[in-house]
Amino acid sequence: MNLTKSLKLAVVALAASGLALSASAQDLKGAGSSFVNPLFQKMFSQYTAAKVDYQSIGSGGGIAQLTAKTVDFGDSDAPLNDEQTTKMGGPAAVLHIPMTSGAVVVTYNVPGVAGGLKLSGKDLADIYLGKVKTWNSPEVKDSNPGVNLPNLPIVVIHRSDGSGTSFIFTDYLTKVNPDWASKVGKASAPNWPAGLGGKGSEGVAGLVKQTPGAIGYVELAYAVQNKMPYASIQNKGGKFIAPTIAATTLASNVAIPADTKVSVTNTDNAAGYPIASFTWALIYKDQNYNGRTKDQATKLVKLLWWNIHEGQKFCEALNYAPLSKSAVKAAEAVLKSATYGGKAIL
Amino acid sequence: MSVLLLLIILGVLTTLIMESMPSIKSLGIGYLWGKVWDPVQNIYGAYPFLIGTLLTSFIALIISVPFSFAIAIYLGEYNPKGWLSDLLKNTVELIAAVPSIIYGFWGLFVLVPLVRTLEMKLNILPYGVGVFTASIVLAVMIIPYGASLGITLIRMVPSPLKEGAYALGATRWEVIRSVIMPYTRSGLFAGVLLSLGRALGETMAVTMLIGNTTALASVFKDVIFGPGNTMASVIANEFAEADHTLYVSALIELGLVLFFVTVVINLIGKRIITRFTNN
Repeated sequence: MNLTKSLKLAVVALAASGLALSASAQDLKGAGSSFVNPLFQKMFSQYTAAKVDYQSIGSGGGIAQLTAKTVDFGDSDAPLNDEQTTKMGGPAAVLHIPMTSGAVVVTYNVPGVAGGLKLSGKDLADIYLGKVKTWNSPEVKDSNPGVNLPNLPIVVIHRSDGSGTSFIFTDYLTKVNPDWASKVGKASAPNWPAGLGGKGSEGVAGLVKQTPGAIGYVELAYAVQNKMPYASIQNKGGKFIAPTIAATTLASNVAIPADTKVSVTNTDNAAGYPIASFTWALIYKDQNYNGRTKDQATKLVKLLWWNIHEGQKFCEALNYAPLSKSAVKAAEAVLKSATYGGKAIL
Repeated sequence: MSVLLLLIILGVLTTLIMESMPSIKSLGIGYLWGKVWDPVQNIYGAYPFLIGTLLTSFIALIISVPFSFAIAIYLGEYNPKGWLSDLLKNTVELIAAVPSIIYGFWGLFVLVPLVRTLEMKLNILPYGVGVFTASIVLAVMIIPYGASLGITLIRMVPSPLKEGAYALGATRWEVIRSVIMPYTRSGLFAGVLLSLGRALGETMAVTMLIGNTTALASVFKDVIFGPGNTMASVIANEFAEADHTLYVSALIELGLVLFFVTVVINLIGKRIITRFTNN
């Protein structure tokens, strides 16, 4: 039969590809954040000293894999929480290394307002709390003098799936609006008080594009690639800042603590965009575990060192914000603290 | 083989129970009627999702049954042979083979604007997405399960029975009503049960269209047309990024509840089938 013949062929082809895979074993394995995936794929394809395999399974998955010690590094859009830290052996056992920073932008669909909408953080939170209900309400009008805002109900759109994007967004709202902080708080999937949930960035974008009066949030790169309008957000200094790569980098150009586990939303930097955050690579501080060789440990640390220096040049083309000077300095110090059997690697 | 299946099911059940222990211990039975799902405060209540699952599945069933029975009767009795019949039958079965994400996107970009127009005419908040939209797409997805089984069964009705009825002067409609339907009743119902099982567990298409809100509306109209959520959809959305033990456990308990809902509905269905057949 023709069918069995082609089936056999398919099986042989599959087996061959399996062999090919196992022959080109990867030197280093990573898993985690899907937000950083496009950048990592670009970086790792250009990095020659080691072959790296990065699986974009989400921050939570990356942390779980690193806890199970099945990967060399994880990547998360939020720093480890207390429970995750304990499971990995305490705060001293794991290192956070900032890799790049990203901005979350507020996109909208207001008939007659093509671009340049301005919003303050407090009003944004009130919109997401369901307290500010229409586009022509005084809160929105105050920030947008001269803009003809329609009398249209605001339809709030948020992510339905747990995601780092939601974490950064709610982290910001928690900082700027006490009401939000007490009623909702920050989480990758909080109990949203209002609106509709769309699955993934594409779900949010789809609902915003179709619904007149909708407001939603997506990553900067997604908004740029899909040509969606985005709002300027008022920062701590009172200025309305448009989300650009430069403004996102500036957001993290502040004093960074030694462990780099800092939230840079609502930044002190006067020209910084306020809804920005790092994404962190996670590695064990002492690399001598599970029979790992010194060679493997050195390869890993060198890769991350390359990422925060030479690798940064790939950021802008992919709409990621390169690390600020203070962030690179802090990341260098963290990487230098990595050890193998108690001895420094770098 | 059947022993193996039994072992798998028992294994699934034990794992679900063991993994949801932390949540069962800390939340108790109140989990079932708690209305708040707040991972930040560690408060978990499954009630809105339980209602959402049952609502979408049964509305979908009500919409799909007339279609799947009509298809079954047409292709089983009126037009059982020939290229047209084969083409239609294969097309119906193909509906089951389309990945659910395709239905999700189709719903989001084609059906949602239509539902929104309808909602504006009915003077309901025009969200577009919601329980009703999700149910329509679910209905389309489950039609082949009822229809396929129905076609096969109706074709298997012995011709002497039908010929006897025709010989007594029965019209085609009378033959369908008093010979074919009673003969295939239990099988048709089994098909309905199969579609219901499919609807209860469907995840991707539903989560893209249901609006994903925890809050349950108080007005009936808003419950049907407004946004909601289902158990399967919550699990799919939140499991990957659930970052503490109780949260993960509460999500697994949601799976356990879904498991029991499916079992209970199947048992009730079996009872109904036995009673029908005995009469």
